[in-house]
Amino acid sequence: MNQVIKLTPKDFETDQEVRWCPGCGDYAILKSMRKTLSEVGRNPDDVVVVSGIGCAARLPYYLETYGFHSIHGRAPSLATGIKLANPELDVWVVGGDGDFLAIGGNHLTHILRRNVDVNLILFNNAVYGLTKGQFSPTSIPGTRSPSTPDGSVDPPVNPATLALGGNGSFVARTADTLQDHLPEVLLRAHAFVGAAFVEVLQNCIVYNDNAFGDLTSKRHRAENTVIVRHGEPMLFGADNDRGLIYEPVRGEFRVTGNASEASLHDETNWALAAALARVNDPDLPTPLGVFYCAPREDFVSAREDLIPYTPLSPGDLKDLLYTDSWRA
Amino acid sequence: MIGNEGPGPRTVVRFAGDSGDGIQVLGGEFAKAVAMEHHDLLTLPDFPAEIRAPAGSTFGVSAFQIQFGGDGVLTPGDEADVLFAFNPAALKTNLDTLKRGGVIVVDTDAFSPRNLKRAGYAVNPLEDGSLSEYRLMSMAITHLTAEAVAPTGVGRKQAGRAKNFWSLGLSLWLFGGDRAPTIQWIESKFSSMPDVVASNVAALNAGHAYGETMELDAGDAALGVNAELHHGVFRTITGTDAMGLGLAAVAALSGLKLTYSSYPITPASALLHFLASLKGRGIVTFQAEDEVAAITAAIGTSYAGGLGVTASAGPGLSLKTEALGLAVAVELPLLVIDVQRAGPSTGMPTKPEQADLNLALYGRHGEAPLPVLAPATPSECFRIMIEAARIATTYMTPVIVLSDAYIANAAEPWELPDTDALPPIAPAFRSDPAGFEPFTRDPETLARPWAKPGTPALAHRIGGLERADGSGNISYDPENHQRMTDLRAEKIARVAEQGLEHEIDSGATSGDLLVIGWGSTYGAIEDAVSGLTRAGFSVGHLHLRQIWPLPANLGAILARFGNVAVAEMNRGQLARLIRSEFLVDARSITQTSGQPFKVGTIEAALRDLLDGLPRPRSQIG
Ligand SMILES: Cc1ncc(C[n+]2csc(CCOP(=O)(O)OP(=O)(O)O)c2C)c(N)n1
Ligand code: SF4
Ligand SMILES: [Mg+2]
Repeated sequence: MNQVIKLTPKDFETDQEVRWCPGCGDYAILKSMRKTLSEVGRNPDDVVVVSGIGCAARLPYYLETYGFHSIHGRAPSLATGIKLANPELDVWVVGGDGDFLAIGGNHLTHILRRNVDVNLILFNNAVYGLTKGQFSPTSIPGTRSPSTPDGSVDPPVNPATLALGGNGSFVARTADTLQDHLPEVLLRAHAFVGAAFVEVLQNCIVYNDNAFGDLTSKRHRAENTVIVRHGEPMLFGADNDRGLIYEPVRGEFRVTGNASEASLHDETNWALAAALARVNDPDLPTPLGVFYCAPREDFVSAREDLIPYTPLSPGDLKDLLYTDSWRA
Repeated sequence: MIGNEGPGPRTVVRFAGDSGDGIQVLGGEFAKAVAMEHHDLLTLPDFPAEIRAPAGSTFGVSAFQIQFGGDGVLTPGDEADVLFAFNPAALKTNLDTLKRGGVIVVDTDAFSPRNLKRAGYAVNPLEDGSLSEYRLMSMAITHLTAEAVAPTGVGRKQAGRAKNFWSLGLSLWLFGGDRAPTIQWIESKFSSMPDVVASNVAALNAGHAYGETMELDAGDAALGVNAELHHGVFRTITGTDAMGLGLAAVAALSGLKLTYSSYPITPASALLHFLASLKGRGIVTFQAEDEVAAITAAIGTSYAGGLGVTASAGPGLSLKTEALGLAVAVELPLLVIDVQRAGPSTGMPTKPEQADLNLALYGRHGEAPLPVLAPATPSECFRIMIEAARIATTYMTPVIVLSDAYIANAAEPWELPDTDALPPIAPAFRSDPAGFEPFTRDPETLARPWAKPGTPALAHRIGGLERADGSGNISYDPENHQRMTDLRAEKIARVAEQGLEHEIDSGATSGDLLVIGWGSTYGAIEDAVSGLTRAGFSVGHLHLRQIWPLPANLGAILARFGNVAVAEMNRGQLARLIRSEFLVDARSITQTSGQPFKVGTIEAALRDLLDGLPRPRSQIG
């Protein structure tokens, strides 16, 4: 199953017409997924892409692998069942912010804490696209939508913070338009054994256009984001001339104009990861990258080590049935 | 089976005491000993819902009832011949289960002023003559046990715990039974605690010796009749264990890796515990975060080429309905068990009811038909699970199996099947890429191919959006949706063609009245019908094991009878189905008390029906 196969992104196109709105950020994610899958060296017949419901969740129809478009919010548990049946499969779970964080929030936290060996790709557009634009669990307060004409009230959930708090062992953030960074993170997620959670900031051009424009546009990207990589200084700015200094006591950051002062990223440091994930400050760049990566045994392997599955032979069945029996 | 002569002598014994008194162990071991004396039997535990109710309280009373005797014991008995009441609360809450003139065995030590008050007795019922209608056997069980175990040197606590073995010893004296199997069981159960073994065995022997020395006898209740169990190998089995073994058989017969995923709920959790105790042999158990996760993980398993199994009670089945619709839509095999309990909502979690039938038949949005099976007895759970798996994998469909709290907990002797003669289950995985499309169909069964991920060159997409006939691509085409809806219905209808065979279970094969039942009402209906048959009525009993699709010959059977009645523990759910499918005036006999039907209740209701029949009855016999 692990033979290296030469594939191109084109090999992952299906005969189905892609039906997202023109200009939707989902196209860019699809493109990166095809690129990643063509590079990971897995046979497409061993890849399964599972989704719930939403615009994002249509993705399996557009990938020439095995695919299961299931019901709203439940893709993580479906994927868990797939891994229990066949741990060899390369399983990807894709879904929107409503799918993963509203109706499926329960399953998301449980697949993370169990550390089932799948890749979870959250398409966060901070809106319910498919149902025509209602606010979502990641929408900022005040979001005007068909269901909140006067603006929403609920404070949002921060997906990466939730994943870290939920005992996730791999937590990353990237964005749809970053066609260099997105595949890099997807490759890292794929290489990780365990539940790899990737939040992709995604533009819904129809219902929440430019929600992340300040971060993802070519013009602002360098100023407003900082890409963190393990062991490297946390630098940003057009010339990478500024950096972040980590203040561990309060779990906060401050900006330095002296790049040599910048703190190094350590993706095994949970507190640093949590601090990066929760940055929400107009004076600070928004962190992207692999915040946390702390390998531990995945769920199905741990189960197998403790209680190995063995097929039941007819002889075993007879033994089971005939315990505590007597002859009349 | 009972002939026209009627059943042989039978005895009903009920043990009742504090939930800490070890009543279920006492009952279970007694049942084992009785079975080994070649009696037929059926047992039913009746435990309190509270985990640790205060000692001596009425709501902390745990009971266990057993009926045993000659052949054809099919119920735990309408009323007890002998009641063991280990404290005043047990007496108070169980006296109405004892027949007039029955025997009461009491532990006088437990009838302290404090316990009497807790049970709500102003005066001691052992002394005020209120039990004069019964035969009272009073003995100081607590003291006698303490004396018996004193030489083993155990503390007071363990001495107190040994009371149930003392009582078991006495019971084995009263009803005749070998102590050796119990001693063996004690030795293996407490193998790491030699003093516990010694004290329990001492108590067991002392109870037996007490009965012998005092020359106690159970009068008419003591019976020496054996069942004419033919030669074979037997074990006592509960519905839960039979279901678990049935799933193990499915694993062995199909070679499929089963994933049993569920979320704990009474009375279904016992099945999770049983399967977990198999330690990965044939079946992987998965405790999910809720029932939605449980069923979707099971669907994931079946998709990936294993067999997904999930079980719950009504509240959990309610949560699973959306995912059941997905399984119907994507046409994957799946076993869904509902161990029904009294509802709605949390209802009475430990009490049986059959009121989830409508949920099983109709509880999905859209047109989403699926087969529904129901075992009639505890041991039958074994073959029903095999049948459910055969249907699921042959027709690529989810199957619901309806059990209930009574079937799950009741126990009976089961003649073990020859494992070599069990029907094979042969799942047909698709591997040939030539002409593969995920929604083409087998012309006979209408099943779609099962193409599991990992199979070379069969990569395809499935999902809950309507699929084009053949290609499986998303389709909004009106004609396609009509065709797919019809195909899904026709596929399930075809299950009846090769489904479980149904014929009259007992009584008249044609005549005045057909009584139809399903599930755990089997024994009570069977006994009621045999009583009426002996009394000369023309009544037949048909018990449905396959409720959807209805058996192919059901219409023909109905046509042989002048009248039809349906007895079930709900408000007439199967009766309405029979009425609507066959346009017959099926009368409904129902009960929703959280208690199994008594034979007498059904017999009386049937007599009323027979008495009211418009045309003269043909008397037989
Ligand atoms: C049980 C259930 N409830 C509601 C819906 C309707 N619904 C479909 S997708 C969706 C939300 C989609 O939002 P998101 O998950 O963020 O995906 P997006 O469309 O934005 O990519 C909702 C509410 C459904 N399909 N199923
Ligand atoms: S509605 Fe938004 S998320 Fe959905 S396809 Fe259109 S642009 Fe994309
Ligand atoms: Mg969304």
